Amino acid sequence: MKQLDFTVRSNEQLNDQTHLLKVAPWGNEQLPEMYPGQFVQILVENAPHTFLRRPISINFIVPEKNEIWLLVEAVGEGTRKICELRSGERLNLLLPLGNSFTIPSLPGNYLLVGGGVGTAPLLFLAKKLHESGYTADFLLGGASEKNILQRSDFKKYGTLYYTTEDGSLGEKGYVTHHPLLQDKKYDFIFTCGPKPMMEAVARYASERAIGCEVSLENLMACGFGACLCCVEKTKRGHICACTEGPVLDINELTWLD
Amino acid sequence: MKLRNPVMTASGTFGYGTEYTDFMDLGRIGGIFVKGTTLEPRQGNDYPRMAETPSGMLNAVGLQNKGVDYFVEQIYPVIKDYNTHMIVNVSGSTVEDYVACSEKLVGLEKIPAIELNISCPNVKEGGMAFGTSCSSAAQVTRAVRDVFPGTLIVKLTPNVTDITEIARAVEAEGADSVSLVNTFLGMAIDAESRRPKLSTVTGGLSGPCIKPIALRMVWQVYHAVSIPVIGMGGICNWQDAIEFILAGATALQVGTCNFIDPSTSVKIVEGIEEYLLRHQIDSVTELIGALEIP
Repeated sequence: MKQLDFTVRSNEQLNDQTHLLKVAPWGNEQLPEMYPGQFVQILVENAPHTFLRRPISINFIVPEKNEIWLLVEAVGEGTRKICELRSGERLNLLLPLGNSFTIPSLPGNYLLVGGGVGTAPLLFLAKKLHESGYTADFLLGGASEKNILQRSDFKKYGTLYYTTEDGSLGEKGYVTHHPLLQDKKYDFIFTCGPKPMMEAVARYASERAIGCEVSLENLMACGFGACLCCVEKTKRGHICACTEGPVLDINELTWLD
Repeated sequence: MKLRNPVMTASGTFGYGTEYTDFMDLGRIGGIFVKGTTLEPRQGNDYPRMAETPSGMLNAVGLQNKGVDYFVEQIYPVIKDYNTHMIVNVSGSTVEDYVACSEKLVGLEKIPAIELNISCPNVKEGGMAFGTSCSSAAQVTRAVRDVFPGTLIVKLTPNVTDITEIARAVEAEGADSVSLVNTFLGMAIDAESRRPKLSTVTGGLSGPCIKPIALRMVWQVYHAVSIPVIGMGGICNWQDAIEFILAGATALQVGTCNFIDPSTSVKIVEGIEEYLLRHQIDSVTELIGALEIP
């Protein structure tokens, strides 16, 4: 883990609420090794109602540019301030935090299921799976077409399927209603998004004895295991989502009990 | 107990120090108050346990820890070599719990002090209940004093009418120092869902929002007791630290701000050093209680 200043290289608005920030270390510092599923804690400045850092998934890494992508949805004052950062401005990060998705050791049929801005860590995972020589399908869901983000980036690494609640892209409904889940047999599922979506995906996987990892989005203060605020109740007791997660195997969770 | 400098870190905000070694040199600070430790393991309260507030946060962790035996067997061997004072924060539901937990820490060479937590607002039994009456605060202090020969610090709750009475009561029973303040009992409500933001409804408020009240209490207690006062409550920078020392604190604990900048405590050490140089003061001890009231 490190505490480093970064500079904003670009800030692109992807829809009404979501921005893609591409950032690089302020000086000549090389990025530490990072893995899909890990996150950063962003210091928010000049926001009177925001005291704590904001945990944001690592969306993508471009090693040759020494660059991290952060997908940020403006849901409150803190994330809005982050979305307002301009090119050249500085931001302070703690990184990399948390554990990561398990890259399988064998080829297989892998499915990545993301909802809304929860697709963020899945793009980095998609790239890693692709680099490992694996093929993966991506099932991305959202309220509407504009909420299905970074489609052209995902397309580089596998086959895309969509669901939207208003039917504006792909199948109408939730991700777990997509016919893909009935038609194809998967070996492992990775998911990140709103908790009800992840619960539905976990239930689908559990009922079919498919391995599945979820990425939690629990409220947290520190992000590195000191405050014990972000706990998830698991079969082995309370664990910190920030250090023992955010990625957990569904067999550890008590959601389906 | 002699400190290399007055800057320490507050229990519950600094884990066992281990969590911070990537971010700072633990050898730069005066001491570390480790996570609240109880006789038996505790799972703590249900999630959600935290709610952000302007300039602060509420927590309702509820003393999650693996118990004193785990601390002695698994954690102590790791932290005993840290180049700073390691102080264990002891909590319990009964006087007997406090005594039994403290006894297990006697003889640990690198634990020169314990901090009796009679001020945790997030547990159903014990905790703050001991710290809100002079008689129970005195009783638990005396009982632990009788078994613990090292430095005994008692951590006071601000959720009382007159904190100086409690401070005097624990001083009379043999406390070597008092630390204050623990968190303020508060609550947060989600207007949309009409539900509390914490699973326990109420929790402990900390951070810069409590600093002026904590500062006032440190000042009052400094004038009420003869033992050293350890000040805390929203300390985030060297100016805050100097203010607490001027109000009467012999030493300080940096708490919630560790979460935002994990190297806060080292920056405060450096800031105090620069302040002393700039004002040509030989020792920070000259500033203790040196508030000048015109």
